[in-house]
Amino acid sequence: MQRITMGDAIFLCQPDETVLQTLLRENIPVPFGCQQGACQACLMRSLDNPPPESAQLGLKDTLQKQNYFLACICHPEQDMNIALPNQQGAMMVADVVKKQLLTPDIIQLVLKYQPPFNFFAGQFVNLQRPDGLMRSYSIANIQLAQNSLEFHIRRLPNGQFSSWVHDELVLGDQLSVTPAQGACHYLPGRAEQALMLVGTGSGLAPLYGIITDALAQGHSGPIHLYHGSRDLNGLYLIDEMRELTDKFDNFHYTPCLSGLDIAPDHVKGRANDLALASVASLKGWRIFLCGHPEMVNQTKRMAFIKGASIGDIYVDAFHVEQSFLTLPKG
Amino acid sequence: MSDTQETANSQTLYEKLGGEAAVNAAVDIFYRKVLSDHRINRFFDNSDMEKQAAKQKAFLTMAFGGPNNYSGTDMRTAHAHLVKMGLNSSHFDAVMEHLGATLIELNVPQELIAQAAAIAESTRNDILGK
Repeated sequence: MQRITMGDAIFLCQPDETVLQTLLRENIPVPFGCQQGACQACLMRSLDNPPPESAQLGLKDTLQKQNYFLACICHPEQDMNIALPNQQGAMMVADVVKKQLLTPDIIQLVLKYQPPFNFFAGQFVNLQRPDGLMRSYSIANIQLAQNSLEFHIRRLPNGQFSSWVHDELVLGDQLSVTPAQGACHYLPGRAEQALMLVGTGSGLAPLYGIITDALAQGHSGPIHLYHGSRDLNGLYLIDEMRELTDKFDNFHYTPCLSGLDIAPDHVKGRANDLALASVASLKGWRIFLCGHPEMVNQTKRMAFIKGASIGDIYVDAFHVEQSFLTLPKG
Repeated sequence: MSDTQETANSQTLYEKLGGEAAVNAAVDIFYRKVLSDHRINRFFDNSDMEKQAAKQKAFLTMAFGGPNNYSGTDMRTAHAHLVKMGLNSSHFDAVMEHLGATLIELNVPQELIAQAAAIAESTRNDILGK
């Protein structure tokens, strides 16, 4: 009989029982639906060992890599330590070591942390200030010896947290950081695959991390980045991107302007429209979409209709918190 | 449920169609047809595509005569909000059309397509809440 640890509680999984059945028998309120591995409502994460492969059927490869599994089809092969997807692990404290404006609205924030802390570039963390206010931001860098985390934080109209970062946070201050989450990141293994990345505004942050990661891991297939904004002020890291195109033959960069601004070396139009129109078929492509939720959802659908497999489309929609009184998630 | 489809050589419809691998091959093709169809794609507008694809897979598994926990009551509950949005027999017909076209695209013999279509057809009243 395997032991299932969840938080402070330990349950015994009876022979032939699934993890879900054990939890329900113990009256643990966990979400579930179809109980046959289809609806993915009972998604959970194994915190120490990889779960049985058969319990990961149909999950995105990035989620599989992070040891997510479906409780309703999971027959434990060993003791398991599990958590629900929204149960956050312990927070760590990190120091502000750099603040730099990238555009009038977007600031680059770099934090230094004490290892161990593991993440994939493109995942997100929640940053929390001392009074408890917390927001999600994507990680724009890969894991290196510097033990740093880079974020691109756009000042939102009436954005309580973003304004505070822009106006009040100073070098040497500390922020609390949750463990990294999210399934929108690069995985090695299909190095020749063509990649298409589309981002609006600070959606470039995760994409920048993903591109850096892919290139560092020797991705050899073409990598096409479309970064879009309404006006020139919304585009940033333009020189860095152009340098990357010089350095890597397989990296292609298209800055897109959808508003009235016209600038040399920029293309007029929406980044997602231009990206989708650039190829006849997306069959076999790997797609990354980050930024405005409507752009992300529409483009995801269009990319799928245009031939990309659902499993090959990775997205991160930036939802803006609606309320000032939003409680910390999870 | 699968024993009704057993044949002399005792291969089930699901086995003849190629089992889970066949379902996996079919699901993207099928779902892409559904999402591209202006007659019915509004019923899928607010859905999470991964979860939707997983449900399509469960549906195809059932239509292929594979292992499933099909429950008419669950189907009624799950589609009730779509019926309120106007889901009717013509939309179900469109989905059936895509199922057939998907199987043709995968070179499934006509006789097996007919069997799969018959199973899918048996869900019509549950899905339409009739």
